[in-house]
Amino acid sequence: MSLLDIQHAGFQYDGNTVLKDITFSVEEKQYLCIVGVNGSGKSTLIRGILGLKKPSEGSVAYGEGLSGSQIGYLPQQTDAQKDFPASVYEVVLSGRLNKLGRRPFYRKEDRQAADEKIELLNIGSIRNKSYQKLSGGQQQRVLLARALCAADRLIVLDEPVSGLDPAAAADFYRICRQINEGGMTIIMVSHDIQSALSQASHILYLGHSEPFFGTVEEFKNSPAGKKYLSEAAL
Amino acid sequence: MISMFIKMLSYPFLQRALLVGLLVSLCASLLGTSLVMKRFSMIGDGLSHVGFAALALAYALNLAPLSVSVPVCVLAAFFLLRIRDSSKIKGDAATALMCSGALAVGVMTISLTSGMNTDVCNYMFGSILAMSRSDVVLSVVLALAVIVLYVIFYHRIFAVTFDESFAEATGINTNAYNTVIAVLTAVTVVLGMRMMGTLLISSLIVFPSLTAMRVTGNYHSTVVVSALISTVCFLAGLFFSYLYSVPTGACIVIMNMLAFFVFSLAAKRKGA
Repeated sequence: MSLLDIQHAGFQYDGNTVLKDITFSVEEKQYLCIVGVNGSGKSTLIRGILGLKKPSEGSVAYGEGLSGSQIGYLPQQTDAQKDFPASVYEVVLSGRLNKLGRRPFYRKEDRQAADEKIELLNIGSIRNKSYQKLSGGQQQRVLLARALCAADRLIVLDEPVSGLDPAAAADFYRICRQINEGGMTIIMVSHDIQSALSQASHILYLGHSEPFFGTVEEFKNSPAGKKYLSEAAL
Repeated sequence: MISMFIKMLSYPFLQRALLVGLLVSLCASLLGTSLVMKRFSMIGDGLSHVGFAALALAYALNLAPLSVSVPVCVLAAFFLLRIRDSSKIKGDAATALMCSGALAVGVMTISLTSGMNTDVCNYMFGSILAMSRSDVVLSVVLALAVIVLYVIFYHRIFAVTFDESFAEATGINTNAYNTVIAVLTAVTVVLGMRMMGTLLISSLIVFPSLTAMRVTGNYHSTVVVSALISTVCFLAGLFFSYLYSVPTGACIVIMNMLAFFVFSLAAKRKGA
């Protein structure tokens, strides 16, 4: 069974259909990029994947042992975070929130898990620094560490490289690839089509017409892909 | 100085003021960090004006002041959050509407029942004499409840404050926690407003955490430092107002302002 299986799903807001007839599935260890023009419903689809928005038609089904709250999510940054007093460690630790259950405080293993992810992403040297003082690339690493704390098998990244300079973006893609090779399934929403094609194993394209789902090679040879690529090249 | 302080504590009304004031300062500073970061700084102001109207009504109807104003303010807090979620009227506009509307109702009630007199001044700028014995018991219980709930929900409040989208994705009911924060704030505002005054209570929420943020780099120390600042400023303000017979609320706010400038300067020097 797939990790995530979405069949003919449609989503509505206030009676307006934002997405309809979306079908795709994500297998363990895949790296899926969701690309598409603005307003094509990428954010809505993410809420659907995370289980925060019920489909108005069709179904969203998780593989065995997975639930919406067990997906590691890296949302887009908000303004409030820019002057928020929080240390790197505090932010990463908050990724263990979904393991808290009814307990009010974190346990030793939660703290250990947070430190492991900090090591993994090589941010040990800034562990006690204030999040607001970090560079954009470092901030994304911290949020990725937090997502990994929350996730066992699947992480969802929403435009993680927007606002990063090219070097930091390349660095971020390299880490994602490493994590993916380590066995983590990744779904990434991206504007950056060229990187999406070079990094991902599968593409979900949301346009104003028919959505497309397939491997990167299939996408490059599809009519929708060709059209989108030629537009993106301009 | 110390003998003055001991003498001050021999007055029962000052003992009451000290006990309730310390607890309320603590509550306000704990919640302050979340409210400031969530851009809810004005919620304290909105709620205190509603509290003013509720107190005026309670006196007019001869009811116990806290038993009327606590539920009314909690309701107002719900209402403010609901408005924030709907896009028709923006949060800051809603707060402004609520402030002036409630103020008008309060002033009308007072003038129709007892006539405008010094009481109104007490409402607006606070009075150290406002605490009766029965108020104290209820205030202490409510303030302790706020502190205990805050500690229990500490990690969740942090998550909801720092990143609502992420918190929601991990299965946290963010609306529920926003409501918890607003309700705790409403209770704190009502408890503090008679001593601090309607117009000054929101400074108790906003100042300490903003002051702490000048020098701290993480959430935990921001909360701890702002709690310390808040209680120290309260003690200093109360003592000053006793020594020189000046209004307590204003004294406490001025202490908080001084602390803010001192910390800002310290941060500048450290940064330079």
